[in-house]
Amino acid sequence: MGSKSLNRRELLKNSAALAGGLTLGAAAPAIGAQQSAESHHAPPSSPMIKGDKDGMIAYGERSNYVKSVRIPHGGRPSPDTFGLTFHVATPLQDSVGVITPSSLHYFATTRGSFLPDIDPSKHTFMIHGLVDRPLTFTMDDLKRFPSVTRLHFIECAGNRSSPRAKTVQESHGMTSCAEWTGVLLSTLLKEAGLKGSAKWFVAEGGEEVKGASSMPIAKAMDDCLLAYGMNGEPVRPQNGFPLRLMVPGFEGIFHTKWLQRIKVVDRYYMNYNDFGHLDDEPKTAALGYQIGPKSVITYPSGAQQLPGKGFYEISGLAWSGGGAIKLVEVSTDGGKKWNKAEFKGTPQRMAFTRFGYQWNWDGSETEILSRCTDELGQAQPTRAQLAKYWNKSYDQTFSVPGLDNSVQPWHIASDGRVTNGFA
Amino acid sequence: MGSHRTLPLAFAFVLPVLLISGASALAQGPSFGIGRTPSPEEIKARDISIGPTGEELPPGKGTAKEGAQLYRSKGCAACHGATGLEGTAPNLKSKDPKNPDVWARGRILPLRAPFATIVWDYINRGMPLNREGTLTADEVYSLTAFLLFINDVIPEEQALDQQSLPKVKMPIGDNYASLPDWKPRTKRLQGYPF
Repeated sequence: MGSKSLNRRELLKNSAALAGGLTLGAAAPAIGAQQSAESHHAPPSSPMIKGDKDGMIAYGERSNYVKSVRIPHGGRPSPDTFGLTFHVATPLQDSVGVITPSSLHYFATTRGSFLPDIDPSKHTFMIHGLVDRPLTFTMDDLKRFPSVTRLHFIECAGNRSSPRAKTVQESHGMTSCAEWTGVLLSTLLKEAGLKGSAKWFVAEGGEEVKGASSMPIAKAMDDCLLAYGMNGEPVRPQNGFPLRLMVPGFEGIFHTKWLQRIKVVDRYYMNYNDFGHLDDEPKTAALGYQIGPKSVITYPSGAQQLPGKGFYEISGLAWSGGGAIKLVEVSTDGGKKWNKAEFKGTPQRMAFTRFGYQWNWDGSETEILSRCTDELGQAQPTRAQLAKYWNKSYDQTFSVPGLDNSVQPWHIASDGRVTNGFA
Repeated sequence: MGSHRTLPLAFAFVLPVLLISGASALAQGPSFGIGRTPSPEEIKARDISIGPTGEELPPGKGTAKEGAQLYRSKGCAACHGATGLEGTAPNLKSKDPKNPDVWARGRILPLRAPFATIVWDYINRGMPLNREGTLTADEVYSLTAFLLFINDVIPEEQALDQQSLPKVKMPIGDNYASLPDWKPRTKRLQGYPF
């Protein structure tokens, strides 16, 4: 708060200097001359960015003062024993609104340090298998089809909070939300004509391992999207340039990057990525597909510092693979009382929803939490609720089956320090 | 597209289904006329998805003996360990091979995979590191045979090819979970409140 009022004083001084400069402008030959001369006007408090500096005209840079960056995800050593970076997490603690900037979007790859450098004019996408007419499309072909633009989150199955996580970037950073533009997969499958025996499809990427996943054809016909656009520009290489498959609400790995081929088949094909989903327990196998309802408070969150008691807007994100978020609740007393949070904008299906809750902190030690419910009535559980459901004892060894969508507690000490409630 | 007929009253029940599958499902042919028809040869060249029946497998053959040599010469041993154990890359052999519970033997691809074709597909797509896609069909058959042999799935002398590979009986049998029949706007697991 102290620094805020100081800034305001400086601002007033600066505007006085600016106003003075404008009046004197006609008389003074150069600004430099004014500054060197003895003057009762205060000098500008900050240096100027040269407006024609490289990186400010052709493709805009952010301010030097904005330092928010992605970090390697902690769940897996990165770089690993082969020197490769696999998983990179987005700085959710710095996020505002619902869109993750493309430069900060999380990514996970099989061998992530090397990205296909695909010339879009040479890239083709093929549909074949159980279709009446196999088809090959160029990128220009795909852009001729009717397009859709939709907000969708993507989340990695490994996005799991642990006592080790210090920040929300470490505990929840393997998810992001962007605006995706492209052609519906259903449009292309209708163009190719599905045969009656079509039950599954295999999507394949163009990276070194040609990563492939099997998915139900019902999902393809419902809302899958071949995206060439991301946040108003072409999809970034780390996110699958020039073409990626969006499978809204499904685990991240299904969103096949560098998409080059879809084969329509009559059975689960168990190709490459599918082996990772192989499970002996039908319930956990089912939970490794569509993502459940999940929310997290991004401010105040782990490793942040509240300057003192008083007003705060608690802010966070909620999302679900089951559709749109219907309700978010926030507790500021460790889960005893739950209060309805406010939506910032209209919740979209399978997209981040930003929520806020107005809070006056009395300065005493507490725990803050959020939980959400989606349009299907699926509710975000606490880990204790999950352990009870699965007949397991709730301790540090309890692991949430499927993607972890449990409630994240943030502990606030009386000195304002925020830490992970699981630690 | 654009088939705006008046629907008989009885059709009202199936209207939601029609809306999901879209109006162009009623059309007889392509609606947009965009895209090129690939030749059967082009499809075959690009199609590296090997399904459980193995119908896409290319001609070729190999044995565990040949595979053992390739395992060293192609650099597999450097990452996966000389015996398929103790490497920096995932283990290719179980540390507990006699455990009657196949799932307890570990997440070993050439042991846990429900179909031997998966092992072929995996090696062909993703190996070796930084030289993916360079193995010949014979080499992939040989390496598959070697990995199945060291996990006691096939005998050392058995040659694998287009016909024999899909017939290999994997120890897991059908002891694995099938996935639910996914439908739009349904919960991820019936009866699960979360």
